[in-house]
Amino acid sequence: MKRYDLIVIGAGPSGLSAAIEAAKRGLHVAVFDENGKPGGQLFKQIHKFFGSREHKAKLRGFTIGRQLLAEADAAGVEVVLNAVVIGLYLDKEVVVRLGDEIRHYKADAIIAATGASENMVTFEGWTLPGVIGAGAAQTMMNLHGVRPGRRILMLGSGNVGLVVSFQLLQCGCEVAALVDAAPRIGGYGVHAAKVARTGVPFYLSHTIVKAEGEDHVTGVTIARVDEKFQFIPGTEKHFDVDTICLAVGLSPMSQLLKMAGCRMEDNPKKGGQVPICDSYGETSVPGIFAAGDVSGIEEASSAMIEGRIAGAAAACRLGFITREELEEASSAYRASLSQLRQGMFAPENRGKLLEKTEEGVDISMNLLQKGYLLDEEVEKYPGVTRRKGIHPVIECSQNIPCNPCQDACAKGCIQVGKKITSLPVVDGEHPCIGCGMCVASCSGQAIFLLNEDYDETSATVTLPWEFLPVPEKGARGTALGRNGEPVCEAEVLEVKTAKAFDQTRLLTMRVPKEYAMKARFFRAAESGVGA
Amino acid sequence: MKARIDQHPILGKPEKGRPVVFTYNGQELTGYEGEPVAAALKAAGVMVHRYTKKQHKPRGIFCAIGRCTDCVMIVDGKPNIRTCITPLREGMEVQTQYGVGGKPFAEQEAAERKGSL
Repeated sequence: MKRYDLIVIGAGPSGLSAAIEAAKRGLHVAVFDENGKPGGQLFKQIHKFFGSREHKAKLRGFTIGRQLLAEADAAGVEVVLNAVVIGLYLDKEVVVRLGDEIRHYKADAIIAATGASENMVTFEGWTLPGVIGAGAAQTMMNLHGVRPGRRILMLGSGNVGLVVSFQLLQCGCEVAALVDAAPRIGGYGVHAAKVARTGVPFYLSHTIVKAEGEDHVTGVTIARVDEKFQFIPGTEKHFDVDTICLAVGLSPMSQLLKMAGCRMEDNPKKGGQVPICDSYGETSVPGIFAAGDVSGIEEASSAMIEGRIAGAAAACRLGFITREELEEASSAYRASLSQLRQGMFAPENRGKLLEKTEEGVDISMNLLQKGYLLDEEVEKYPGVTRRKGIHPVIECSQNIPCNPCQDACAKGCIQVGKKITSLPVVDGEHPCIGCGMCVASCSGQAIFLLNEDYDETSATVTLPWEFLPVPEKGARGTALGRNGEPVCEAEVLEVKTAKAFDQTRLLTMRVPKEYAMKARFFRAAESGVGA
Repeated sequence: MKARIDQHPILGKPEKGRPVVFTYNGQELTGYEGEPVAAALKAAGVMVHRYTKKQHKPRGIFCAIGRCTDCVMIVDGKPNIRTCITPLREGMEVQTQYGVGGKPFAEQEAAERKGSL
């Protein structure tokens, strides 16, 4: 039986991070993963991540994945792929299926970083081909280059539902509607807003009545639900779609930890059955740790930090580092982790209706129900100001842990301040040079550059553009409002690309002056996104 | 709209293996070597991967990561192969799975009746 100091189960963000920290400290580490490629779900994440620089914010998920793999390689981590861990026993014996063989391994410490699986909901027709998980859609389009469908209905308005809807639009699919039984959008307002402005309608307090079709999905009927989630007759709506995507949450895959005898709890705030862990991720069984979604559903950024803490803690448990060294390493990671757990979407705020931001500004109920800020409320937020000449307009209205905009502005126009969840403030003192770095670096695509004095009658609006086709200079079309409805005619003046923009293009369109604060998306005269 | 993405605004041109020919219920299709069988089928417009044993209901891709087993088919004569995580190879024989068999239920039943005589 082969022995290691540490066996990590799962080569996703937390597992790789854990293995790196342990290997760096001299442990002989193996990582087993059931998939053919390492990285877990990171390589499907094509959006820019939130957080601050230390959390690798504004980098796209797959870039973070590549960095993590290179770091693991440099640290001497052994990653065994196509290796399904099928057993974990109290004495840290690990049973692995490799091809047609079952092999046994032993380690002095174990870190389970097995992640989560997608939840599903049932409705009439839910087993029809064409009803897929949102993760499946991401896998098909972002890993395998195959569109999941032509016209899609998304169920679920959490960050997964919102982000995947946007990604579907990016690869050229049509999103017919975004539906959620809850009365309010669950994910970040900025993620909803970038979907809404392309013209995708949101149906909150609605859910699927049935998926239609004989052999595969050809349509779907939704209906409004009351506060007890019962259908209200007469509110049915039909959509012709070929695909229904389910983004209805994740559940920790904690079965191996249960099998190993770790004390478990059912914790709805953590997404289901999770091991009871101390602040290092150590379970009730000494030397068996859990990190990432398996110990409670969050997101990849916090999973990576949890992994690092568990990796260092495993090194300490086995005597490779002292308790003091562990404290030193983990206190920085803890501070970083607690930053990510602040703000409106912090675990303790889950399910709560907050009416004011930390700054005391009203939270837009329209954003929570329809996915966009109303024209009349947008100027309430400190990132939205008016001034002569070119300047940024930051439509960031919720306290989320994110501050790349502050770092992006070399001129100091944008301040988030010490508290990472504070709303960005645009001050009038520092000059904006119109470089657009803030527009490209906002993970929520909530920053626009406005010049209301472009000429006598027109203003320019610069917006982030991540679609194909890229409109040409001089292209004419329609400017859409935050709600995706046409507001005025528009002409493309410029589409800028730069390495520092990381694939985000900056589209500048000219609109009549009076629509500068309303026009937020461009639709080319002949079809394209938002058509 | 084609199912294959030729150019992606963030990812560029998808990286693919060489084109290979495989069969789906005897019909020749082309896919890319190394991509999941399910991706090649999806690109060819195939939605139904199998029919369930008891109620003969259609099933297709659901999770696409090898977890749910909805997409299993008969591949090179072996049933219950998770097509979403099985890499495509030249000359692979892929068949719709009926229950666990490769023949439509009517044929399976006829064969059973014949066998019991």
